Amino acid sequence: MRTTRRQFIKVSALGAGSLAVAASTLKWSAASSLFAGADASQAFTRSPTYCEVCFWQCAGWVYKDNDGRIQKIVGNDEDLHCNGRFCPRGTGGVGMYHDTDRLKTPLIRTVVDGEETFRVAGWDEALDYIAARMKEIASRYGPECVALFTHGSGGAHFGHMLKAFGSQSITAPSFAQCRGPREVAFLTTFGDIVYSPERTDIRDTKCLVLIGSHLGENMHNGQVQEMSDAIDKGATIITVDPRFSTVAGKSKFWLPIKPSTDMALLLAWIHVLIENGWYDKEYVERYTYGFEELKAHVKPFTPEWAYGITTIDPHVIRQTAKEMFNASPAVIIHPGRHVTWYGDDTQRLRAVAILNALLGSWGRRGGFYNPEKAEVPEYPVPPFPQPKRMPTEAYEGKYTLANEVVSNGLCEATIPTTDKSCNFKIWFVNGTNLMAALPDQETTLKAIDALELMVVIDTMPTEITGYADVILPECTFLERYDMLRKSPHREPNIALRMPATEPKYNSKPADWMARELGIRLGLEAWFPWNNIEEMLDWQLKQIGSSLEEMKRIGVKKFPRTADDLYFAPGEDISFNTNTGKIELYSTDMENEGFNPLPVYTPHEEPPEGFYRLIYGRAPMHTFSRTANNPNLTDLMDENTLWVNPKVAKMWGLKSGQYVKLSNQDNKVSTFSIRVRVTERIRWDSVYMVHGFGHNNTKLSRAHGRGVNDTELITRVKIDPVMGGTGMRGNFVTFVFDTDGKEAAV
Amino acid sequence: MRYAMAVDTKKCVGCSDCVVACQTENNVPIGYCRDWIVEVTDGTYPQLELEIRSERCNHCDNSPCVRCCPTGASHYSKGGTVLVTPDECIGCGACIASCPYDARFPHPDGHVDKCTFCLHNRVEKGLKPACVSVCPTKCMYFGDLDDPNSEVSVVLKKRKWKTLIPEAGTRPQHYFLI
Ligand code: SF4
Ligand code: SF4
Ligand code: SF4
Repeated sequence: MRTTRRQFIKVSALGAGSLAVAASTLKWSAASSLFAGADASQAFTRSPTYCEVCFWQCAGWVYKDNDGRIQKIVGNDEDLHCNGRFCPRGTGGVGMYHDTDRLKTPLIRTVVDGEETFRVAGWDEALDYIAARMKEIASRYGPECVALFTHGSGGAHFGHMLKAFGSQSITAPSFAQCRGPREVAFLTTFGDIVYSPERTDIRDTKCLVLIGSHLGENMHNGQVQEMSDAIDKGATIITVDPRFSTVAGKSKFWLPIKPSTDMALLLAWIHVLIENGWYDKEYVERYTYGFEELKAHVKPFTPEWAYGITTIDPHVIRQTAKEMFNASPAVIIHPGRHVTWYGDDTQRLRAVAILNALLGSWGRRGGFYNPEKAEVPEYPVPPFPQPKRMPTEAYEGKYTLANEVVSNGLCEATIPTTDKSCNFKIWFVNGTNLMAALPDQETTLKAIDALELMVVIDTMPTEITGYADVILPECTFLERYDMLRKSPHREPNIALRMPATEPKYNSKPADWMARELGIRLGLEAWFPWNNIEEMLDWQLKQIGSSLEEMKRIGVKKFPRTADDLYFAPGEDISFNTNTGKIELYSTDMENEGFNPLPVYTPHEEPPEGFYRLIYGRAPMHTFSRTANNPNLTDLMDENTLWVNPKVAKMWGLKSGQYVKLSNQDNKVSTFSIRVRVTERIRWDSVYMVHGFGHNNTKLSRAHGRGVNDTELITRVKIDPVMGGTGMRGNFVTFVFDTDGKEAAV
Repeated sequence: MRYAMAVDTKKCVGCSDCVVACQTENNVPIGYCRDWIVEVTDGTYPQLELEIRSERCNHCDNSPCVRCCPTGASHYSKGGTVLVTPDECIGCGACIASCPYDARFPHPDGHVDKCTFCLHNRVEKGLKPACVSVCPTKCMYFGDLDDPNSEVSVVLKKRKWKTLIPEAGTRPQHYFLI
């Protein structure tokens, strides 16, 4: 289809036709002035949903006024994820619906006068086109040549369609670009993963240890709420971070660690616990495997040894270890969430798991509880065809302990090589801006270039939409049904999402798109329901509820059936590991040729004049997804670059001025970023919030605001254990170019 | 009856949920806010302290804004709350200038606006103010100071607190737990 690199097309050039149809009623300003007239005494109607602004999926109520306008979203009091309180992003989730920059109509890439552009298409035309291309391409390469990259609720629908078509290559960047290392580490140690929402029993903990995890800035609702409860009850918080994060400001101990040296601190903590007998001897004896090996292994890792590496005072290392022991088993060495940092992340999280095991916190009140998930039968469909090739063959022999599909593995396998026959030719991309989610944009672009078809399904134009062949506009979560939420929690529970209103513009829900495509591909047998309501109602009836009931209550809890929330004292437990024990010494790691016990390896340090690029979250934004939301940009409309005053003085930088950044590979940021001189960051690092610096002019509020950290992450340290992409090994320096922005002082 | 609010600076994470919840509840136009977050950092790395506060109108007992209002639009209402009647407000801005806390703003509809403690639309209906009821860290307390059992009375008895710029003599009724 193309011989040269596909051009990025700005969505702005197109869709104008369909836009004009609706524009008069759809301007945000118009909607908001209508809101201003709303009377407080007005009656509201409400309908249930669960939030899609982040993965936490809080259940809540969407309130509409008499005229059917969405007024506000609030949490459902019965919901275990949010306890009746949404986070700022969820509360501001209305902005997703009102955003006039939304994708409005299907678009198909075409060539006009030798130039690539998008043209407006109807749904039938767009879906017919995709189905025809899929059949044709699959006739040459097999259905296994299709891959789905997804983050969010649409993934279930498109995943179903893909499996029926004959491919299982379904992947979420939330694994290898985010929480994968912790899941693999906990799986190899405890035989079970951490899950989302995390099974951390924060509300009852006496000591919470956060390592590079900035709860409160990452607004993982339930965890933040419980952390606040724990503060009320006098829990100790220990924060390890080179940055004085919000939670560092609430901690009894803040350990301002030298970046990239966390493993040394963890090993020293293990050393101190074992040397002093500060561990749960009965628990270790009864449940764990490999204690003697561990003990011998950590012998040399004294706090004095760690001091030279981490710059953390040995006395503080001992004191904090004692604090953890005193609190045990009500102690949580938190596994974190975004943990793909340096390429040895699974091993680092293994050390975290080992600490928890020594302190006996796994399966204990105030440590980690045993979550349970509601069992909801799937609507019966024929078995899916067995693909000739499984997704893991894309990275054969590598990442052998990955328990989910590795996104970057599929991305790389898309680039044709002489020795691999497993290229992907079609990508579906749903709800994830791969240009910001995957590091190393060069590789992503090479892969995209090798595709014959890329379909992007999203609510907003982003960077990835510009490279699509077909764009399908998805309606927001406020305008659609989705599969039931049934994440594990303290009690099994389900939550319903239903449309509060009709889809705006010419957007459609993912379930409808997937089914329509399925039918066009001859896969009717896998879509036997007429619509999603019928399917959900069938599912709900199997568990003694109904769609009608769920529309009224939104959330339903069920009694626990399996094991208890915590282990009973002295209970015999068989863990899902090779030895049936909690493996301090990991036989899985050993069998796959990795270190069975975690070791410290030094990581690269910034060259002269460069600073380690650290990125994180802001409580009012989710990745790059919310950067254009009118309500949320009102709270924060650009990221800033945190610079230590010493560094600022050296470079003559002032708060409020704009600079560009250049990394070690001379990659210069597209836009400039506002400097924030602050004591809250170490002198060897700079910090910014991820998700800004959008380069799509169609994003009227987000375009050109701040810097996109992903474009500066050109060096990626791959975790050999599970394919995680370590992104903290990049260094930047300042380029005095304001790209026309005036200093904001 | 004396309505008051307390914010626990030890728990507030500065997430701004209180800000956006107020905006959607009270139809505050985008670009304006009735409450806001203040972050104060003290010290040098690594000896640092951080205080985060969610601030709004203090519903002062001795309010310069009410005193200086030429039309009476700014007035005391139930439980000592300080309110503005939009219809009576001529938008002269005297109150904005008089408030030591910068709590007021000119609404694009021509009147002055600020925090109402959600008096009419929520508190009188038995609900808590929007910010209080949304706050994920539950760090905000609201109630009647004349009732010794109200959550705000209880928490002020139990904890150390401060008010902002007490020397201005406005007798603010917005407390910060420290
Ligand atoms: S944590 Fe916030 S953004 Fe995430 S699902 Fe809950 S309310 Fe929505
Ligand atoms: S919602 Fe609560 S935690 Fe968030 S900024 Fe407001 S007061 Fe602080
Ligand atoms: S804080 Fe300002 S606006 Fe509020 S009552 Fe006091 S002086 Fe008036």
